[in-house]
Amino acid sequence: MSTAVATNEVPNYLTSETGWKSWAFTLDHKRIGVMYLIAILLSFLAGGIFALLVRIELAFPGETIMGPDWYNKSFTLHGAIMVFLFIIPSIPGALGNFFLPLMLGAKDVAFPRLNLMSLYCWIVGAGLLLYSIFTGAVDTGWTFYTPYSTSTQTSVMSTTMGVFVLGFSSILTGINFVTTIHTMRAPGLHWRRLPLFVWGQYATSVIQVLATPVLAVTLLLLTMEKAFSLGIFDPKFGGDPVLFQHFFWFYSHPAVYIMILPGMAVVNELIATFSRRAIFGYMFVAMSSVSLALLGFLVWGHHMFVAGMSEYSTMVFSALTFLVAIPSGVKVFNWTATLYKGSISFASPMLWALSFLFLFTIGGLTGLFLGTLNVDVHLHDTYFVVAHFHYVMVGGTVMGFVGGLHYWWPKMFGRMYNENAARVGWFLVFVGFNITFLTQFVLGSQGMPRRYWDYLERFRPLHGFSSIGALILGLGFFVLGGMFIHSLFRGKKAPRNPWGSAGFEWNTTTPPHPHNFEVTPIIRRGPYDYHLATEEELAST
Amino acid sequence: MSEASADGHEDHGHHGPAFLAHHFTTPAQQFDAAKLGMWLFLAQELLFFSGLFVAYLVFRMWYPDAWSVGSHELDWKMGTVNTLVLLFSSLTAVLAVRSAQLGERGKVTMLLLVTIACAFIFLVVKYFEYQHKFEAGLLPGHYFAPVAGHTHANVFPPGTAAFFSVYFMATGVHGLHVIIGIGVLFWMVIRNQKGEFTKDFWTPIDLVALYWHLVDLIWIYLFPFLYLID
Repeated sequence: MSTAVATNEVPNYLTSETGWKSWAFTLDHKRIGVMYLIAILLSFLAGGIFALLVRIELAFPGETIMGPDWYNKSFTLHGAIMVFLFIIPSIPGALGNFFLPLMLGAKDVAFPRLNLMSLYCWIVGAGLLLYSIFTGAVDTGWTFYTPYSTSTQTSVMSTTMGVFVLGFSSILTGINFVTTIHTMRAPGLHWRRLPLFVWGQYATSVIQVLATPVLAVTLLLLTMEKAFSLGIFDPKFGGDPVLFQHFFWFYSHPAVYIMILPGMAVVNELIATFSRRAIFGYMFVAMSSVSLALLGFLVWGHHMFVAGMSEYSTMVFSALTFLVAIPSGVKVFNWTATLYKGSISFASPMLWALSFLFLFTIGGLTGLFLGTLNVDVHLHDTYFVVAHFHYVMVGGTVMGFVGGLHYWWPKMFGRMYNENAARVGWFLVFVGFNITFLTQFVLGSQGMPRRYWDYLERFRPLHGFSSIGALILGLGFFVLGGMFIHSLFRGKKAPRNPWGSAGFEWNTTTPPHPHNFEVTPIIRRGPYDYHLATEEELAST
Repeated sequence: MSEASADGHEDHGHHGPAFLAHHFTTPAQQFDAAKLGMWLFLAQELLFFSGLFVAYLVFRMWYPDAWSVGSHELDWKMGTVNTLVLLFSSLTAVLAVRSAQLGERGKVTMLLLVTIACAFIFLVVKYFEYQHKFEAGLLPGHYFAPVAGHTHANVFPPGTAAFFSVYFMATGVHGLHVIIGIGVLFWMVIRNQKGEFTKDFWTPIDLVALYWHLVDLIWIYLFPFLYLID
C-alpha cells in the first residue's frame, strides 16, 4: 500500500494503524464493516457461482453438466449461501456497521466488542457451511424441511449448526444497532431527524433480535432430531413435520424483511441525494419500515397454504398478507413523489435506486398473486415463486446494496470508481436480471415446478432464454467487481462529498477519521434539508 | 501505529472515570446502553424458549392423556425444591446488586457465592431427576422404552414419547442456561475481588442478575407446565 499521501494530513481509519492484528482485533466499526464487506462479497461470489451452475444445468433438458444429486446440492448451496451468508448480513453488516455510527454522529456502536464477535460468529458459521460442502454438501433446499432433512444422508447437521451460529452474528448486530440508535445519537439528532437509513436499520434490527432466536431453537430441535431421534417433528413418535414449517417460517418470513428493509433504507438515501429533495412524507416512510417489521411477524402462514392448515387460518393469513402491501405501497409512492420536481441526477448509484423502484414494485405486486388463496394453489412451488422472490431479493435488496456500495464507496475507501464501467455493469445486470426472471414468471404460470432437475420439451425455449439472462447477469457483476478492484488501486482520489449530499455521514473527512469526527457534531437540521444545508456542507471538498 | 493512535486520543482526550469506554460521553449513557442491550438480549432469550413452549402447547392439545400421564411421571417434590432454590437464588442475586450499589465488596462476593451454590443445588437435584428418568426408560422419541416397575403408569398413551422430548429439550436447554449462569456469576466474583466495582460502577453485576432472573423466570413457567398441570 502506498503511503505517499497523507503523512501530515488528518489521520484516516485505513492507515492510522497497521499490521494484521490492528484488523483482527479492531474495535473500530468501520474496519469491522470493511471486513464484513469483504466476507459478504466473497459469499456473493460463491452463491453466484452456484446460481450459474444451476442455470447452466437447466439450459437444456436432461443432463447438461451435472447429475440430479449435484443439482440438488447446487441449488441448496446457492440458496443457503445467498440467504444466510450474503443477503441477511449484507447491508447491516457492511454498510450499516460502517455508516450507522457516522450518521448518528457517534464515535462507535454501543458495543464494539460484540460487534467484532458478530463478525467472528459469521466466520465460524461460514466455516461450518464450507465444511458441510466438503463433507458431501446438503440437498434439502435452504428451508431444511422435515422429514427429508432428518432422513437424507447429506451433511445437514453441519449446515444447520452453521446457520445456528450465523444466527448469533445476526442477533448481536441487531442488539448493537437498536442500542446504538437509542443511546448514541449526537446532540440535536432527535428521532424526527434520523436519516431514513437509520430508521430502516432500526426496524431490521428489531426483527433480527426477535425472530432469529426462533430459527435457532428450530434448528437446534432439528439437529437433536437427527442426532437422537427426538421426534418433535416426526409423526412416528407423535411429532409433526408441519410444526417444523411453522417454526421455520416464523423466522424466515420476518427474515425476508431483514433482507428487504435495509435495501429500502439505502434507497431512501440515494433518492434524496440524487434528486436533491427531502423524502416526501418522511414520517410515513419511517413508520412504514416499523410497520413492515411488525406485520412481518404475522404472515408466516402464507408459505404453507397448501401444507395442511385449516381453511380459516389460511384466510386470516391471506388477509394479513395483503396488509403488507400498504406500507410497501407507502414507500413506493413516497419515493415517486420525492422524484417529482426533484433535480434528478442519473449518476450510477441513482440508476440502482431507480431499478429498485421498478423491480421491487414488480416483486411486490406478484406477491399479491401468491397471497391470494386460490391463485396460490396453482402457483405454489412453481417458478412463479422463484421469480417473485428473486424480484424482491435481487431486484430489491441487491439493487439497494450495490447502489449503496457505489454511493458510499468513495467515503469508505477514499477513491472514485470509473463511472462508465459502472453504467455498463449496471446495464448488464439490469437487462440480464430481467431476462432471467421475467421469463420465470411465465414458466411458473405455465406449471413448471421449482427445484426440478429436468423438464418437458415445451419449457425448453423459456429455460434456455432464462439461462442466457443469467450469464449476462453474471457478466455484469464481473464488470462491477473489476471496476471496484480497479478503483482501489487506480481510482481518482475522492473528495469529501462527491455527490453533494446533505446527509450527515458526508461531513467527516474521506476516508473517515479513526474516531469518526474530530469534534462531536451538533445536529441542527434534518439529513435531507437541502434548503437548510450550507454551501460549505454541500460542496464536494 | 502508536503515533497515530496517540494523535487520535489527543483529539478525544476524555476525562471520565477509568470504567468509561472511549466511545461513550458520560457514565449514564454507558449504563443506559448496557441496560438496554441486556434487555434486548433477554427478549431474544424469551423468543428462543417460546419455540419450546409452543411445541409444548401444540402437543398438549393433541395428546391431553399423554400429557397427564407424563406429568405424573415427574417428581413434583423435587421440582418444588428446585423452584424454591431458584427463587431464593434470585433474591440473593438482587441483594448482591444492592450491596454493589452500596459499595460493600465483601457482601457482594458472599451473596454471589450463595447464588452460585443455589445453582449447583438446582443442578444436583436435576441430575437425580434425570437419572431416574433414564432408569425408567422415560426418554425422548426413539429411546422411549418404559421399564415396568420404575414408572407410575402402566399404560402409556400415544404421544407420551413427545412429552419426554419436550421435557428433556426444555429442561436441558434451561439447565444449559443455569450452567452458563454459574460461569458468569463466577466471573463477577473474580472481578469483584479484583476491586473493579465501586459505588459508581456496578453495571455488570446488575446485568448478570437480570440474566439470572430470566433463568429463574423460565423455570417458574416450566415447573407448573411440566410438573403440576394434570
